[in-house]
Amino acid sequence: MASNGTAPGSKLVKWIDHRLPIFTFMRHETHEYPTPRNLSYWWNFGSLAGIVLVIMIATGLVLAMQYAPHKDLAFDSVERIMRDVNGGWLLRYIHMNGASFFFIVVYIHIFRGLYYGSYKPPREILWLLGVLILLLMMGTAFMGYVLPWGQMSLWGATVITNLFSAIPLVGESIVEWLWGGFSVDNPTLNRFFVFHFLLPFVIVAVVFLHLWALHRFGSNNPLGIDAKGPQDKIPFHPYYTVKDAFGLGVFLIVFAAVVSFAPNFMGHPDNYIPANPLVTPPHIVPEWYFLPFYAMLRAVDFDIAIPFTGIVIIEAKLGGVLVMFGSIALLALLPWLDRSPVRSGRFRPVFKWFFWVFALDCVILGYCGSQPAEGGWIVAAQIATLWYFLHFLAILPLLSILERPKPLPASIGEPVLKGGGTLAGAAAKPMEKA
Amino acid sequence: MRALSPLRGLLMAAGLSALATGAFTTGALAAEQPGLEHYPSLDWHFEGIFGTYERASLQRGFQVYNEVCAACHGLDLLAYRNLEAIGFSPEEVKAIAAGHRVEDGPDDAGDMFERPATPADRFRSPFANAKQAAAANGGAAPPDLSLVAKRTEYGPDYTYALLTGYEETPPYAWSQENSLLPGQYFNKYRGAISMAPPLTEDLIEYSDGTGATVHQMAYDVSNFLMWAAEPHMEERKQTGIKAILFLLVFTVILYAVKRKIWAKLH
Repeated sequence: MASNGTAPGSKLVKWIDHRLPIFTFMRHETHEYPTPRNLSYWWNFGSLAGIVLVIMIATGLVLAMQYAPHKDLAFDSVERIMRDVNGGWLLRYIHMNGASFFFIVVYIHIFRGLYYGSYKPPREILWLLGVLILLLMMGTAFMGYVLPWGQMSLWGATVITNLFSAIPLVGESIVEWLWGGFSVDNPTLNRFFVFHFLLPFVIVAVVFLHLWALHRFGSNNPLGIDAKGPQDKIPFHPYYTVKDAFGLGVFLIVFAAVVSFAPNFMGHPDNYIPANPLVTPPHIVPEWYFLPFYAMLRAVDFDIAIPFTGIVIIEAKLGGVLVMFGSIALLALLPWLDRSPVRSGRFRPVFKWFFWVFALDCVILGYCGSQPAEGGWIVAAQIATLWYFLHFLAILPLLSILERPKPLPASIGEPVLKGGGTLAGAAAKPMEKA
Repeated sequence: MRALSPLRGLLMAAGLSALATGAFTTGALAAEQPGLEHYPSLDWHFEGIFGTYERASLQRGFQVYNEVCAACHGLDLLAYRNLEAIGFSPEEVKAIAAGHRVEDGPDDAGDMFERPATPADRFRSPFANAKQAAAANGGAAPPDLSLVAKRTEYGPDYTYALLTGYEETPPYAWSQENSLLPGQYFNKYRGAISMAPPLTEDLIEYSDGTGATVHQMAYDVSNFLMWAAEPHMEERKQTGIKAILFLLVFTVILYAVKRKIWAKLH
């Protein structure tokens, strides 16, 4: 695994590598890169997300050549892509469903990190960069959904941009500044197109930082313990290149099935109606991947006031916005909320249960977000929102102190080489810091 | 679309169903007014992963659109040339197009003029603009039908239900809370609707001799409108089957390679 410092290859490769050691770098970071030998299939989703990003940029680039970012042309230009552009329907359906699959893959990637404590020292910055990627993805996806200029495009954009009006004093001005006018209109569409085109490249840049931070200490692993020596690690190539390739094959089968047989399954039918500022759809619902956050936004249906005075400190709308953005801010703060020295949920008997309750809570939030904001759904969303915040602010900090973790194995190689049986010689000792 | 159930299974297999199901619940319109019936669910020939459009039905459906619906509804996203895809010959398409007059110009003198449509022209709209359409129809412009089969969760069942659901008198339960305004009709799936019942028995004479029952016309035109909304559906499904067959083989090979490479480690 040790690099001899020069790349093999032709004279030309050596000539270039001497001046710009790019071949050495590639070899070091993609071939030899030492990786824990025990990574499970849950570790496939990082590279999968990278591949989906490439698919999105490639299809998006070609779609942008045919799309017209003008309110009078946008809807018809998308339909022209669907009907008259060679292979346009395929590109557009790949891009449209690719957004959903990007979020499926990234959400699994995030929950894997949550379960195995991948955010813990020394990987805090790696985690923070991941949260930043999620935020950028959400912005990109939201603006992309506006581009076809259907009913949900227009009204979704109206609802979400209006959130900023909740900011005291300057809110209204900010919203008009975002819109470039007094409602979501042509200037809004135009700038959303520009940012939808730009942000994916920003994501690529942050992904590189994410990988850089990853390669500093290498991947976490299902045991959550650090490698004790070379016997615990294997070179990335061929072991994980082939494992990732196999995972990609499985992913592409599912992706191709949705694109080919149910391309509108994850979309909203209303977006096949051209945008009409005079007709509001009965239920304005965001794409499924925003539903948990949408539920939290709508869960705050009450003003927060000083008791008995009637002085409102935080209006319901601002409260909802704070809760929604707070839910992502908590993700960023996670490395400092969960202080348990044990990374992997496998050795945290209590945390393990709360992890699954939290996952269920997110699904419940998603379901509440898809339902009309009335009656029982609001109450359910409020309870689920409360639990979301309790999980981060109370349960994880308390578990860090109260939970007694199971004994950790002595090394990665040991349980793997011995078939994962009894963890011989493993004593309850705190995890070593790298 | 009904290709969902095998797909749901796939998604579940991948453990994604919980993520996926939340997104598709929209308020069922039928349930909101008492006394209305749920939209029917027909068996369409194009359903399923091997589904194809019934060419004969599409052609009859075009005839229904052309002779009945086109009086009020546009089909702006289609051109006459597109009809070749449903089995009309280039000569037939030329003849169909020539039956409509479209505005063109300006000519060398700067004047607009009318000429017979050619296959390259888009379907001629019955009204010059939305205002004229609304004015001619009691204030409600008849919607363009190009995407009608995709813009509700019911797909082509929606148009079939609208066309076949008219009843003389609304049921008692419905009338308790709702009423018909002047110029409105009762439809047992939708409630009040401004469109007059467009289909009656033997309204048209099918060129292939099929009996023109209301059911037959509604079925044919719904088929036609599904094709109009999703003209590349057959190509999409067939491409998908080929892609998935390839991917299955490819993935099995990758799995074998993976097993072989990892065997060295254990």
